[in-house]
Amino acid sequence: MKAAVIVFPASNCDRDVAVALERVAGIRPRMVWHGESVVPASDLIVLPGGFSYGDYLRCGAMAAHSPIMRDVVAKARAGVPVLGICNGFQILTEAGLLPGVLMRNASLNFICRDVHLRIERNDTLFTHRYEKGAVIRIPIAHHDGNYYADEETLARLEGEGRVVFRYVNERGERAPAANPNGSQNAIAGICDETGRILGLMPHPERLIEPLLGGSDGRPFFEGLAEAGHFLEGLMGGGDGAPQQGSPAGAVDRAARPA
Amino acid sequence: MKARIVITLKPGVLDPQGKAIEGALAGLGFKGVQGVRQGKFIELELDERDPEDAREQIREMCERLLANTVIENYRFELDESAPGDRSQERGESATGAGDEKAVAAQGS
Repeated sequence: MKAAVIVFPASNCDRDVAVALERVAGIRPRMVWHGESVVPASDLIVLPGGFSYGDYLRCGAMAAHSPIMRDVVAKARAGVPVLGICNGFQILTEAGLLPGVLMRNASLNFICRDVHLRIERNDTLFTHRYEKGAVIRIPIAHHDGNYYADEETLARLEGEGRVVFRYVNERGERAPAANPNGSQNAIAGICDETGRILGLMPHPERLIEPLLGGSDGRPFFEGLAEAGHFLEGLMGGGDGAPQQGSPAGAVDRAARPA
Repeated sequence: MKARIVITLKPGVLDPQGKAIEGALAGLGFKGVQGVRQGKFIELELDERDPEDAREQIREMCERLLANTVIENYRFELDESAPGDRSQERGESATGAGDEKAVAAQGS
């Protein structure tokens, strides 16, 4: 299992996620500078949290056009799993690999606190070590995490079960007070059609040790340690088999209204 | 030639920043202000001499980077006149620095 963490100017969770991968999943990732043009052969590519390019223009907009992103997009469309956390999620939407956009928080405040998330599906590479419907506590730290997509896109995401994490209260219920940033349908994280590209605003890499205040993020990385087996299972057929000739990003990009 | 690009949120997309500005204006005593929407204004110089080609280039810049067409619309105008020649500027947003000063002077 090989992993690469892409480092953009002003990424600030790149080391955190590298430590989580190494300590929990036993994978020492390659750190790849955004100015490179090729991602070394990897079974997982991570776009970390941070404030790439100072959030100029729009969060993630400049990073989405970094030299390295051409290869990240090509590899993602070829089936390499890609994880985008926080700014990484913003970059994935700007690059057209996931639909929708992360807008300014409804409260206009930068929010840095723990929130509760419900695991909406556990048949993805990233969530298969959680129980479906489990409620976990994970920190968020963002100014622009307010998920927005047009009605048609939202209906498609919900219809295809592509909402992976949702903001809920401690009891696992959706409630206005439990939605920290105003996201539509309380969406905290979504995946592409194949379940291999995941973007989420919360930071599972920040809660991997009791010493850090909790370990609800640990199963996320334990699951990644078994990425090879998990993907083999998918490739072996069944409902989760990747669709041929259906590059998720291209579909989503094409679906953008003019 | 010079291009001026205005990027606005699509109708129906919530704009909490616009709402906050609206609230602040009300707080300052400006009455009857509604529907405040915040956008972006980008100005750039193009080497291109042909206006049609320039328009095509700007459209592509907007689609690929300057605007996020999931939530934003864009419009632009080209200033085909020579730099410094303001006599041919047209349209609502074609106010020069001098005009802005005049507006500011009126407001104070």
